[in-house]
Amino acid sequence: MDITTTPIAALAENGIAWADMQMYVSVMIASVIVMTIADLLHKKSATYFFQAADKAEELLAAGEAESSIGNEKGRLKQLSAGDKVNALVGTVAVDVATAGEFSNGPRRLVHIFTMWGFVLFVAATAMIIYGEAQTTTLATAWNIGAIMLLVGSWGYWFAFKVDCQAEGQSIFQIDLRKDIFSLGLMGTSLAALGWTYTGGGTGGWFIFLIISTTALFGSVYWSKFSHMFFKPMAAYNKRIIEANGTNENLPHETRDMEWQQNRHSMELLKDAPMDMGLGIKREAPKHY
Amino acid sequence: MPTFVYMTRCDGCGHCVDICPSDIMHIDKKYRRALNIEPNMCWECYSCVKACPHQAIDVRGYADFAPLGHSVRVLRDERKGTIAWRVKFRDGRVKNFLSPITTKPWGSEIPDFRNEAAPTQEERDSELLAFEPEAIRLDDGGLHTLESNGLELKEGVYY
Repeated sequence: MDITTTPIAALAENGIAWADMQMYVSVMIASVIVMTIADLLHKKSATYFFQAADKAEELLAAGEAESSIGNEKGRLKQLSAGDKVNALVGTVAVDVATAGEFSNGPRRLVHIFTMWGFVLFVAATAMIIYGEAQTTTLATAWNIGAIMLLVGSWGYWFAFKVDCQAEGQSIFQIDLRKDIFSLGLMGTSLAALGWTYTGGGTGGWFIFLIISTTALFGSVYWSKFSHMFFKPMAAYNKRIIEANGTNENLPHETRDMEWQQNRHSMELLKDAPMDMGLGIKREAPKHY
Repeated sequence: MPTFVYMTRCDGCGHCVDICPSDIMHIDKKYRRALNIEPNMCWECYSCVKACPHQAIDVRGYADFAPLGHSVRVLRDERKGTIAWRVKFRDGRVKNFLSPITTKPWGSEIPDFRNEAAPTQEERDSELLAFEPEAIRLDDGGLHTLESNGLELKEGVYY
């Protein structure tokens, strides 16, 4: 299989004009934008984030609390513009780029493959179609993106669906509403590679590709597609509340603090190593 | 008030599913995040709250230590061997607690109960085991297991 070429340019010469392809891509992009906004409004996700931000501001404004045990004074911090920029950079570089939400290594890897494969594939497709020219670089990016998306999406389906891994549900139990996003990605990647591998044209693989991509981009309102946009907001919010000290009222006292190590109830750990190993986290939760 | 999950923090790892003693924490099939499927059977034991690696689960504290308008959050750090509680009352006061949850590294120095002798007749008749159930005193023919009772563990979740 030659990964330095795609059948898209040949399509323009043999029946489907660039303008038609551009129209299709434009409709798909518009569908994503409109449906994501509609989903945001319907789920009130933006409302939740603004409310959470207001709540944190109130806590900061109320100042440090009187504490009978612990060290509350001077913990809360009003963030500067620089702090917020740092949080934004961290969100983009870690949480978005490396799927930082996931603590499980293999699961994180599968999401990285899927996400970056999808981005490469879609960006390359758009650049080829709107640029009306297929360079070797763009074609290679298209193919690599499709391969990464195939590995990621199919790997996810067979090995990482959480309701299957953590609860023993069958991976073949398909519910269109909840699975359309995954199935759309799997179908698109398989169809794209099948289409290019069989020499392109407007036959079965091409029709399969159009059906998959239309299903994928046309079901954004009902699928989990839009969570791609919510997750960075949630990750940014988490960094901000950790930095300003509010952190959803989570405890901040740890064994690393010397005054805690010397407290009477911590005597039992006086001679214990700082790293006690893993207990319940030692194994993946697959004990169904 | 029973447990609830902050969907933005949850990644669907399943630790809460594993640990819930009532088997009511499950993974929502649509959102693929954790969910309390039977809130009225939740006895707020805090197992899932402590087990969650992302602190994505919250629950209202018992009224005897946390009157209305409070916030109770807990953070279990098993690497350090500690559990930290932060109780915030409605008048703004805060109480922080930190306690050990193990004194030896996890997995080490676990007593081998299998090779411990069963209680002798003298021990069963003594004050120490006088009011214990027959199952603990091993009066009724040894430890009960699934196998000894002709039962089988069924995999998966049925609801």
